[in-house]
Amino acid sequence: MISQDEVQHIAKLARIALSSDEVKKMQKDLSQILDYFEMLKRADISKVKGSNIVKVGENTWREDIVAEQSPGVIREIREASPKKEGDYIKVKLVLEH
Amino acid sequence: MNFQRLTIKQIHQGLIEKKFSAQEVVESYFQRIEKVEQKIKAFLTIDKDSAISQAREVDEDISKGKNVPLLAGVPFAVKDNILVKGLPCTAGSRILENYKAVYNATVIEKLKRERAIVLGKTNLDEFAMGSSCENSAFQKTCNPYDLSRVPGGSSGGSAAAVAAGEACFSLGSDTGGSVRQPASFCGVVGLRPTYGAVSRYGLIAFSSSLDQIGPITNNVEDAKIVFDVIKGKDKKDSTSIEPKPKTRSTENDAKLEACKFKFGVPKEYFSEEIDKEVREAVRKMIEKIHNEGAEINEISLPHTMYGIPCYYIISASEASANLARYDGIRYGREIPEGKDLSLFDAYLKLRGEGFGSEVKRRIMLGTYALSAGYYEAYYLRAQKVRGLIKQDFDEAFRKVDAILAPVAPTPAFRFGEKTDNPLQMYLSDILVVPASMAGLPALSVPCSKSGDLPVGIQIIGRAGEEDAIFEIGKMIEKIVSKNNNI
Repeated sequence: MISQDEVQHIAKLARIALSSDEVKKMQKDLSQILDYFEMLKRADISKVKGSNIVKVGENTWREDIVAEQSPGVIREIREASPKKEGDYIKVKLVLEH
Repeated sequence: MNFQRLTIKQIHQGLIEKKFSAQEVVESYFQRIEKVEQKIKAFLTIDKDSAISQAREVDEDISKGKNVPLLAGVPFAVKDNILVKGLPCTAGSRILENYKAVYNATVIEKLKRERAIVLGKTNLDEFAMGSSCENSAFQKTCNPYDLSRVPGGSSGGSAAAVAAGEACFSLGSDTGGSVRQPASFCGVVGLRPTYGAVSRYGLIAFSSSLDQIGPITNNVEDAKIVFDVIKGKDKKDSTSIEPKPKTRSTENDAKLEACKFKFGVPKEYFSEEIDKEVREAVRKMIEKIHNEGAEINEISLPHTMYGIPCYYIISASEASANLARYDGIRYGREIPEGKDLSLFDAYLKLRGEGFGSEVKRRIMLGTYALSAGYYEAYYLRAQKVRGLIKQDFDEAFRKVDAILAPVAPTPAFRFGEKTDNPLQMYLSDILVVPASMAGLPALSVPCSKSGDLPVGIQIIGRAGEEDAIFEIGKMIEKIVSKNNNI
């Protein structure tokens, strides 16, 4: 069983605020799910080497080139931001004084 | 005229022979939407004006005697986690409620080049996380066969739209069964392509080692037509691959006769946990395939039981990273204001309010599985077991050409049946997750009914062998229609 403190710690790592009811529900749900996942321990993985077992596609490389975009595209991307001022996207203060 | 049950080729033929116009086709679909949408609730956005003007342009070109592509004027619906420029793209989430796509996904570019026409965007479980569409932040889509039941998920809106005649075809996305399971629940055809076969540029990322876009259609021929348009390597998706030029099963046309295939039937997919009627329906179909002259072998995929924990650990881990981008700054819901609110607390509040409970659960699960001290026990172990699941398939495909199995353990279930218990909901993916984990193509085709509810059969093929599973799907369609005619 995962503790409420653990739930709150993970929620902080995940940047999610949970109400006290949500913490309780999450504790119950995650515990049940993780208990079920215990069955993975029964799988014999002794012969599986390394961690990147399933190769999904090849690694591909490309030059890091700036793709020119039309002013319209730039404007639309800026417009998608919920808070802006002039040509800028407005963000909260990151460093405190 | 009723256009709702016409195939893509029949629509095309009718257009070029001027039996009807593209405008009539598109308008008839909107009439159908008007008639049934209140009950089905498949769509989140409808784009009528633009669709009709595109249809008029197709008609104009036809009247001038120009050649138009096969998909010209064919109306389709798009799962609301695939970007269509100018239309909202919410992923079924409050956090993207006001987001409008600023570019087209590659699949949309390709379909627009063929002049297929977008009717609107369809409902889904929030960020494609769910198996019933009940996790959508906006509405519950109903199963057209029984309105008290779910359409499946996460591409439930896309499957219900096609089944209800509201679109000729639709696009869905399949991470751990999200195209195949709703297709089975709604009695339509759904393809999960080989991992990398279709570009994911413009698909809102959930689990990047698993996500694939696939078509949902009324029949196998249409699925092949749409797949052939959307497949292919894309510079904008580094995981996309060039289609295999020639595959073992398609080397010569004679071999393409599905009845000459060797089929494997995995015993683990017919366990007691699977609904008896579903098992019997699929078994009966397999028997009929055998009667057509195909070789049927019982096989074993011994690590099937580990599919659910393995899938949910890996996909939740990847989701916890992919969904970190929702910070309320560049797009989507606005980060909350407040003088006393630090940036850190503002993030917490934004994401706490913006994400629904299932999305939070998955992000939490993934964060836990990747956190210090647990990484080896969960994520690393799940990756290794994923290797074992893939190995099962590799071994099976040495003996057989394709695998036949049920799609879902039950027909469509009722609303609320599994919402109180997330684990029960996860277990409904038990038969679709393994092919996803192994990156294999799989097709869901309607094969029977359990009462009034459709039951699908799943055809899993070798990587890159979509053409082979399409041929098998067509054979199954023939068998089904032969039986219906008796």
